[in-house]
Amino acid sequence: MGDALHLAGQLVLSGDPDLWEIVLLSLRVSLIATLIACIIGLAIGSLLAVSQFRGRGAVLVVINALMGLPPVVVGLIVYLNLSRSGPLGFLGLLYTPTAMIIAQTILITPIIAALSRQILEDLNHEYAEQFRSFGLSRIGQMKALLWDGRFALLTVALAGFGRAVAEVGAVIIVGGNIDHLTRVMTTAIALETSKGDLPLALALGMILLTIALVVNGFVQSVRSTATRAAYA
Amino acid sequence: MRDFLDMPDARTRHEQGLALSGISLSRNGTSLLNDITCALPPSGITAVMGPNGAGKSLLLRVAHGLIDADQGLVLWQGDAVTEEARKAQAMVFQKPVLLRRSVEANVDFALKVAGIRHPSLRDALLNRVGLKGRNKQPARLLSGGEQQRLALARALATSPKLLFLDEPTASLDPTSARVIEDILHEEREAGTKIVLVTHDVPQARRLADDVLFLTSGQLHCHQDAASFFQTPDSAEAARFLAGHILN
Ligand SMILES: Nc1ncnc2c1ncn2[C@@H]1O[C@H](COP(=O)(O)OP(=O)(O)OP(=O)(O)O)[C@@H](O)[C@H]1O
Ligand SMILES: [Mg+2]
Repeated sequence: MGDALHLAGQLVLSGDPDLWEIVLLSLRVSLIATLIACIIGLAIGSLLAVSQFRGRGAVLVVINALMGLPPVVVGLIVYLNLSRSGPLGFLGLLYTPTAMIIAQTILITPIIAALSRQILEDLNHEYAEQFRSFGLSRIGQMKALLWDGRFALLTVALAGFGRAVAEVGAVIIVGGNIDHLTRVMTTAIALETSKGDLPLALALGMILLTIALVVNGFVQSVRSTATRAAYA
Repeated sequence: MRDFLDMPDARTRHEQGLALSGISLSRNGTSLLNDITCALPPSGITAVMGPNGAGKSLLLRVAHGLIDADQGLVLWQGDAVTEEARKAQAMVFQKPVLLRRSVEANVDFALKVAGIRHPSLRDALLNRVGLKGRNKQPARLLSGGEQQRLALARALATSPKLLFLDEPTASLDPTSARVIEDILHEEREAGTKIVLVTHDVPQARRLADDVLFLTSGQLHCHQDAASFFQTPDSAEAARFLAGHILN
């Protein structure tokens, strides 16, 4: 164990190209997935926050339930759609980073939609009358809420990214954990651990933890600055 | 004053002010506004007075079209208060609702919504309410009175024809209150119709042209300011004024 840790540290510090390839692919896949999920999820969340319609309660229940989607199930569904015999098989996306981005986007969009809906709805309770008084359109209302909720929403995006980058079940099914192509941190850790190559698994684990710490620290400091200015 | 409602065709639309007819509102079986009918003249300052919980703020919300009454009609210059009509009005709430942005961004927001592009207007407005040079400060870190003044500046930004003010000087020091009163005087001279909720009897004396007096959702009287403060039409109003004199 001690030896493995020592070797892991050396791997990280030596800038092992295989290791960094895996790290960078992980970041690329999960950042793009988070970005797409934010665009879709924030649109849904802000629309729900300012809308009243029949069946709204049911929609909220469904979205909240989707937050708990098991990654392997998402992986399976995306697999079935992208596999050669599936409806989107002609795109040839299975076992590519794009497939992993799709799976992670599906996984975290409900999280972003549900969490942002809650935040923006609370904000709207405070602003709604003033907005009506201004004669603000619904789109204008959504934009203003998204802007004024930006610091709280940063945490939501972070929650989505955290879930995406740490997830293994979906990406292993649709990505296939192919060396130099679709191998990301989590799938590599699973594989190397099962092979008994603990140093590489540990090195990746340490990097994953560090990323989580750095991103969290960054968001925390942005938020506390915003709170001091009463912007959050 | 009732004749506004009775003879709507006798006047052009612009001569018609704000008409409420038969406004009733209840929530959870409690009547909050009870069959309120009044016709406010198209210009000047109408003071809305009455004890806490009388329904003054609710009445303003109904008149501005933010709440639909259960019964009754609100007409401004002869028309119902639609989304579009409301753009020619503004309201300063009892608790100012400021965006989580800077002082100037709050005013800019109102200007942008109204489609007004006028670079020097914002600073002139801030100057007018005594917030000169505070542009970049976070609006929500202003003091209570400063927040009220900013909310007023924002409301004036779109040059509303009809301005609702819910106790705009309640947390202002005497000097700031005077500044606001001067602004209201100027706005009135410029032809803006102002409906002002206030508990401050001396202020109502200084500003009001006519007075609405409410208790428990009932409109007790609507009178000329001069006669209201001399000889109020209702016993409740007389007691209310006497209380203020005693204090
Ligand atoms: N949405 C609501 N649901 C139920 N009751 C309400 C609602 N809004 C206001 N009320 C009640 O209506 C009454 C009148 O409220 P309103 O805010 O109009 O009083 P006010 O005359 O403005 O009093 P104040 O001088 O304290 O501002 C109060 O008793 C209040 O509790
Ligand atoms: Mg009130």
